[in-house]
Amino acid sequence: MKESISLTWRRIPERYKMLGSHCTTCDSHYFPPRMVCPTCRRKGKIEPFEFAGNGKIYSFTVIHAAPAGFENQVPYVMAIIELDEGTRCTGQIVDATRKDLKIGDRVEGTFRKILSDDPEGPIHYGFKFRLKK
Amino acid sequence: MRKVSIIGVGMTKFGENWDKSFRGMVTEAGIQAIQDANVKGDEISAGYVGTMASGSLVGQEHAGALIADYMGLNPIPITRVEGACASGSLALRQGVMAVASGLHDLVVVGGVEKMTDLDTAAVSQILGGAGDQEWELFMGATFPGLYAMMARRHMYEYGTTEEMLASVAVKNHANGFYNKYAQFQRKITMEQALNAKMVADPLKILDCSPISDGAAALVLAPLDSASSYSEKPIEILASEQASGTLALHDRDTLTSIKAAKIAGELAYKKAGLTPKDIDVAEVHDCFTIAEIIATEDLGFFNPGEGGPAALEGKTKIDGEVAINTSGGLKSTGHPVGATGVKQACEVSWQLRGDGEETQVKDVEYALTHNVGGSGATAVVHLYKRGY
Repeated sequence: MKESISLTWRRIPERYKMLGSHCTTCDSHYFPPRMVCPTCRRKGKIEPFEFAGNGKIYSFTVIHAAPAGFENQVPYVMAIIELDEGTRCTGQIVDATRKDLKIGDRVEGTFRKILSDDPEGPIHYGFKFRLKK
Repeated sequence: MRKVSIIGVGMTKFGENWDKSFRGMVTEAGIQAIQDANVKGDEISAGYVGTMASGSLVGQEHAGALIADYMGLNPIPITRVEGACASGSLALRQGVMAVASGLHDLVVVGGVEKMTDLDTAAVSQILGGAGDQEWELFMGATFPGLYAMMARRHMYEYGTTEEMLASVAVKNHANGFYNKYAQFQRKITMEQALNAKMVADPLKILDCSPISDGAAALVLAPLDSASSYSEKPIEILASEQASGTLALHDRDTLTSIKAAKIAGELAYKKAGLTPKDIDVAEVHDCFTIAEIIATEDLGFFNPGEGGPAALEGKTKIDGEVAINTSGGLKSTGHPVGATGVKQACEVSWQLRGDGEETQVKDVEYALTHNVGGSGATAVVHLYKRGY
């Protein structure tokens, strides 16, 4: 997906630092950040919350047929990670193959290149995960 | 509210229709439905069309106006609706509401997608827009990948196996073999399904519905005047839609699609039916795991029992409930905007007794289940004979 430079710039706090949100009314955490707490709605109080990126594998797959922009990365591991705060997010698991992984394994966040649109375009960075030793 | 019926159905062949255009296919299906309904074009007073991504796939937005123009239906209003892969059922639901409310009498409903003008990587990226573009697709997820993670979790929680997944594909190809509109009119073996090329582990190419072109259309009328047009009108007993989170990772569970469960429960309640009453169901098998989850969400089988039920043949034509007599998305093809409307065509043929080789005996009640994205939109319709 070709992304504009302004979109990439706008998402930096979320993609680089995992800046999400926390509702102080119900103590739920959200990533990516939400403006409205879906549980509390107008009674909710949303504040920024930076996730550490620690969690465990909730489910995973190995992608063999990639979408545009990811062709040179196959096969790669995609996972849904359950962060320690309880919220879940989608990201790649690096430095691991299918046989290294099982549901429940501990992972930690790591800052990586996600993709680059073309040789002259911006390089998009963000978080991925790796197995915790 | 008035009772609503389907008085005409029509569809193009699904597949790699290189010789057919977006506007050509929807016009072909629309004309068939209008002829099947035995109505004149100027009796129709409105239309709704579902297409997920005509802008990205063929560069054509403003599909409603295009269709009104090319079907010769100007100046009636035709409105495009979009709900990813559930766009077709959304269009049907808009039509149902328009007729039920008394706003319009005769309404045409269409669904269409033209997908094979682009290469697979580009189509895969566009379909990704049915999920969360910024937080799933940007990270490298694909639709097979999202459903693969549902499958992995289903296996982990319930012991569902790759054989169970494959049995869905084998059964749907066996049904689609007889469907002249199907993209793949051929049978496959369990061995072929299990040894097919991996797409997103554990889903292989034969666990996935294909990229397809196609269109389908319906004509709706108030039930009380339907018999003046059609000898065999089909009554729509319920039309229910529900929403869930856009991203898969935000769901409480990966082993059920909550929006589909809710839409199903609302539909059964509205019609005064239970899952046991359903004889034929077209469900959204974009991937084999999706059919297993659908049969659980719709109450045909308990959670975790959908996989064994498929393997044991309980969802075959002569099983407890016949699932995807058309061949489903797997074998018929999945031109995304057309799928929900095609499902309504198939169950109409089943209820009329026109199911030919895949006709289910003594069909009284039918169901269609159409899902957008990984489950953020779900639409369930229930049907019976209106004659």
